[in-house]
Amino acid sequence: MTTGHDTRLDSFNDTGLDPFNTKGGRPEDPDMTATDQRADEPVLDPAAREGAELPTERTVIFDVEELNVYYGDFRAVRDASLKVHKNEITAFIGPSGCGKTTLLRCFNRMNDLIETARVTGSLRYHGVDLYHPKVDSVEVRRQIGMVFQKPNPFPKSIWANVAYGPRVAGLAKKGPAMDDIVENSLRKAALWDEVKDRLDENALGLSGGQQQRLCIARAIATDPDVLLMDEPCSALDPIATTRIEELMHGLKDDYSIVIVTHNMQQAARVSDRTAFFSVEVNPESDTRTGILVEYDSTQKMFSNPADERTENYVTGRFG
Amino acid sequence: MNEAGSAELSIEALSGSPRRVRRERIISRAMFCTAFVSVVVSALIIYALFAEAWIFMRDVDWSATWGQIGWFPRRGIYDMPTLLVASLWTTAIAMVVAAPLGMGAAIYLSEYARPSHRAFFKPILEILAGIPSVVLGFFALLWLAPNVVAHIGGEGGRGSMLAAGIGVGILTIPLVASISEDAMAAVPKSLREASAGLGARRAVTTLRVVLPAAVSGLVASLIVAVSRALGETMVVFMAGGAADAAIKTYSPYDGSLTMPAAMASLASGTDQVVGEGLTFQSLFFVGLVLFMLTLGLNLIGDRFVARVREQY
Repeated sequence: MTTGHDTRLDSFNDTGLDPFNTKGGRPEDPDMTATDQRADEPVLDPAAREGAELPTERTVIFDVEELNVYYGDFRAVRDASLKVHKNEITAFIGPSGCGKTTLLRCFNRMNDLIETARVTGSLRYHGVDLYHPKVDSVEVRRQIGMVFQKPNPFPKSIWANVAYGPRVAGLAKKGPAMDDIVENSLRKAALWDEVKDRLDENALGLSGGQQQRLCIARAIATDPDVLLMDEPCSALDPIATTRIEELMHGLKDDYSIVIVTHNMQQAARVSDRTAFFSVEVNPESDTRTGILVEYDSTQKMFSNPADERTENYVTGRFG
Repeated sequence: MNEAGSAELSIEALSGSPRRVRRERIISRAMFCTAFVSVVVSALIIYALFAEAWIFMRDVDWSATWGQIGWFPRRGIYDMPTLLVASLWTTAIAMVVAAPLGMGAAIYLSEYARPSHRAFFKPILEILAGIPSVVLGFFALLWLAPNVVAHIGGEGGRGSMLAAGIGVGILTIPLVASISEDAMAAVPKSLREASAGLGARRAVTTLRVVLPAAVSGLVASLIVAVSRALGETMVVFMAGGAADAAIKTYSPYDGSLTMPAAMASLASGTDQVVGEGLTFQSLFFVGLVLFMLTLGLNLIGDRFVARVREQY
């Protein structure tokens, strides 16, 4: 953490989830009750963060400038520019079809999987142009992990799910070294105690919330630098959602997180910075292009946004 | 019909039009009948097979069906191992050809091919599937024998189990490819994305995620292909290098008769089937053995599939 870090934010982080704690027992932790109570406290209200200015000198992870994404001739995102900072949670919010997921999928070049997708403008990751011809998308994805909208564990054992990434990356083979990676990843994802006795069972036997935490464990097993989360809670119930959100607070000490969410309250609860996207309808071709309307600290976005459209959206007047 | 203030309904109001109800019932019965026809036909086939095969099994001197010099049905020598070995060889050779080529094509189409390439390859596979087996029989005899078999140790001038096996293999490639591709296409895209998101290359994703998840379909494609190869008649009849009778041989370079080829030669010919008393019935006996083999294969296949499948 940098020196300019505000203590109020620390209290935000105080979820009782120490990401370095590898001794286990976290769900039974007495701190957990404190965390649960926290949900009722006004901490969730963005206004509680009034005046909590974010330090700007933090390392920039992603520097996006004038980014456009096309699917064939159709422009899905227009001229997006923003900076994503280290050890922060950055939220993308906005109505459906505003291009927030599309933009997120540029960050680990997931759009490469779509034949017609094309990206223009600049997207720098620690200063390196991610779309430089010499950059291998596979290498990018090893450093930038992703958690998807719907939990998508492999139909394999819990152990094999977590071990998949490290194995593919050649970090470890079967054996004690891999067992350690699996255990640490599951602990970081606050899932270890629930599954430690059934690592050989099929991951599809887990509940939806557990599956999503398994997917998070699987994503952090390769020790990425950044975690991209594409509406990770949209398929989960409120209790599972709370657990994932708590988990994210714990994870941001180790990782930088970019999360796309439909849920404004979620953005307000978890993120440090928020980008609001909107849709621009082209009356001639009747196509919808996503535009980045405003990007600022979450506290400012939810209490005193500069743009009227943002204000209308966060106050629930549209979208 | 209601008294003032009464909210009661009569049964008739909710019974619907009798004419439509009746029509629905007729349609439902008609559909059942059409489905039932296939059951009846199957039963008839099995009955015909069993009836004649039973005569053979009852009257035959069983020592004539084992350990003889070959398959000479018109002389009362029904050496089953001759046919079984020939069937085994051609089927095995066919699978050596069809399994890698068919699965490879399926993997390419499902995992690698760009839409434009897919649009080019898929119809060609379908054309291959539509080639009559007689044509492939000629191809095996006149092209595969001199151009392929002759280069891998066999004789080019005549048919052989090897030539027939390769021919049958080519015949079953589209079958393996299309069933395998369907199985792979059914694997959810989200699993491929998960794998790609973890930094797996396409080959790794295919090998470790798609193929294990699709294994039931892949095994099914192989079983269907083996059944097809076992039952394939025309290619082995034309290119198998034997007609009417065959001397027992274990070498795929020799000509021999597979079970269906033996049946075809029994049922053809200008003289109908003349010869020893049971010659005609032996046709049904061979058919029964073939039927039992493919049935057993399908049962084993089902069991295997249930055991190894990764449910998604």
